[in-house]
Amino acid sequence: MATAAAHRTARTGADAPDTATDTAALQHAFDTAVAAEERIEPRDWMPDAYRATLVRQIAQHAHSEIIGMQPEANWITRAPSLRRKAILMAKVQDEAGHGLYLYSAAETLGTGRDELLDKLHSGRQKYSSIFNYPTLTWADVGAIGWLVDGAAITNQVPLCRCSYGPYARAMVRICKEESFHQRQGYELLLALSNGTEAQHAMAQDAVDRWWWPSLMMFGPPDDESQHSAQSMEWKIKRHSNDELRQRFVDICVPQAASLGLTLPDPDLKWNEERGQHDFGAIDWSEFRDVLKGNGPCNEQRITQRRRAHDEGAWVREAAAAHAAKHARATGTTTTATTTATTGTTGEARA
Amino acid sequence: MTTTDWPLWEVFVRSRRGLSHTHAGSLHAPDAEMALRNARDLYTRRGEGISLWVVPATAITASSPDEKDPFFEPAADKPYRHPTFYEIPEGVQHL
Amino acid sequence: MTATVPATTAALALGDDALVLSHRLAEWAGHAPVLEEEVALANIALDLLGQARVLLSLCGDEDELAYLREERAFRNLQLAEQPNGDFAHTIARQLYFSTYQHLLYAELAAGEGPFAPLAGKAVKETAYHRDHAEQWTLRLGDGTEESRERMLTALTALWRYTGEMFQPVAGLDADMALLETRWLESVTAVLTRAGLPLPEGPRTGAWSAGAGRQGLHTESFGRMLAEMQHLHRSHPGATW
Repeated sequence: MATAAAHRTARTGADAPDTATDTAALQHAFDTAVAAEERIEPRDWMPDAYRATLVRQIAQHAHSEIIGMQPEANWITRAPSLRRKAILMAKVQDEAGHGLYLYSAAETLGTGRDELLDKLHSGRQKYSSIFNYPTLTWADVGAIGWLVDGAAITNQVPLCRCSYGPYARAMVRICKEESFHQRQGYELLLALSNGTEAQHAMAQDAVDRWWWPSLMMFGPPDDESQHSAQSMEWKIKRHSNDELRQRFVDICVPQAASLGLTLPDPDLKWNEERGQHDFGAIDWSEFRDVLKGNGPCNEQRITQRRRAHDEGAWVREAAAAHAAKHARATGTTTTATTTATTGTTGEARA
Repeated sequence: MTTTDWPLWEVFVRSRRGLSHTHAGSLHAPDAEMALRNARDLYTRRGEGISLWVVPATAITASSPDEKDPFFEPAADKPYRHPTFYEIPEGVQHL
Repeated sequence: MTATVPATTAALALGDDALVLSHRLAEWAGHAPVLEEEVALANIALDLLGQARVLLSLCGDEDELAYLREERAFRNLQLAEQPNGDFAHTIARQLYFSTYQHLLYAELAAGEGPFAPLAGKAVKETAYHRDHAEQWTLRLGDGTEESRERMLTALTALWRYTGEMFQPVAGLDADMALLETRWLESVTAVLTRAGLPLPEGPRTGAWSAGAGRQGLHTESFGRMLAEMQHLHRSHPGATW
């Protein structure tokens, strides 16, 4: 299989340690580089677990971008003004682009996009659970921009300093582009909040539905988070789930007030002593339920993704066949054939 | 399932005249023409570039990290290649 | 800026083409055959929406025109409203339309009429749309047996909507007969390179010559508008 070969190439393209001493030396060099805030680059030696963690995280992130297109694309054809329609189209397009940047970053680790998509389609890799919630009204587009993208940005800004170079660079690009996403959502909600009674109610309803799932986006509480400690040590992660969640809550409270909308948490209040907001308990049973596949849209999202991929197969095959014919005819070497990515791991990128 | 994964291309963008092409990222495309078009759509949709290169990822030969020391360290101990190595009396201009 | 009456007729025709085709292309979001194509189709859709907004604004309020007109008041070509079908249908529609649009805007840009400034920008956008359609026509026509079959079917199915593009439009200062000749030459050349025959048969429906331009549309268009307009219409007078 192409991807396994690619993975091997990736490994041997770096160092293939012969002895335990070599491994220890390499491990030491890696640890020193990470500790010194240096970036790890594709061809550097890295621990297998570091590589696996990155692939898992970057893939999940990429999958979230492309599955995340669906709830918003749901409203493109019904956008209520041409200005809003253009904005939403550009935003959903950006998400496809972000997915692409991230799949590219994952490929530098020796795992091809096809393999990652396969894992998404077969449920072996996950995407952010937030996208298993439905977009029921136009205001949901605003709530996603403000809250979901807001939470994502809070999560992602520290990733721009992630120890793995290609991931960090992809995140810099993504964060730059994301800032319009959050602002358009906020502006959209503001227009609704200041609009007619029905529009205001629509905005409040959306915030009521999206607030808690947005808080869940930061992942389980620190004491239950499986991967956190190691990821922090590797500087893949910079802040704990609870830290980021708190930061997000503190950012949102005044923003909600400016919107003239309330956040659906009776326990939300300023804590003078901590200098932060207290907020109510999160329903983690819902989180786990959605994660397990029992959310309102899990089935639907994956089905649509799989269908788009399957229905596009003949197009991808046609282009590959055309390229192969053309390459034969002109004698060029860059052919698109089946399994053409074998060995094409993007390792050259440094 | 048959895979027809398109090859990987590295994309280089010249952001404006006077600057060199810089690596922007990568993408998949069946052939060079499509790679160029995909690169245009993906990496210059906010006016980031005025010229693009796409290179098949397989065509790039990179130095290996193993060779880091022999490749790059010898350059580190030749400070006389840098202008700051030289002492010039104060007040001497245009040097 | 307000345009003269014939110019308004023309702006509405061109604006509706762009608006409606943009909508159809936007329906691909999340469904494209490959991620790179998600980005490409969205770019084209955004260019067209931009053109539509400029053109409709020459005639009045862009949102009133887009959201509050009935089906029979739309002046777009029937070609532009045809459903996406499979990717081959979308590419065939793009090939026919963007070739026409590019030739038309090139002519308008060269002239001194009211559309010259808009056309100057649009001609660059449509050159890219045309190139995108041609590239894909070549790959689908000369790809696999299946892609060739699908492309043939699509080209043939949409052929009967291509005659309408060259009906004269009041206020549009373009030589439609010459445009048609160039269009045929161009499409023939692309199809030849792709190893595809030019479809046979009439280029207009039995009673539909010039139909879209006069407000006669195909059945699917009504449903498209229902979806596009329902939210806006549900909140009369609201701002968004």
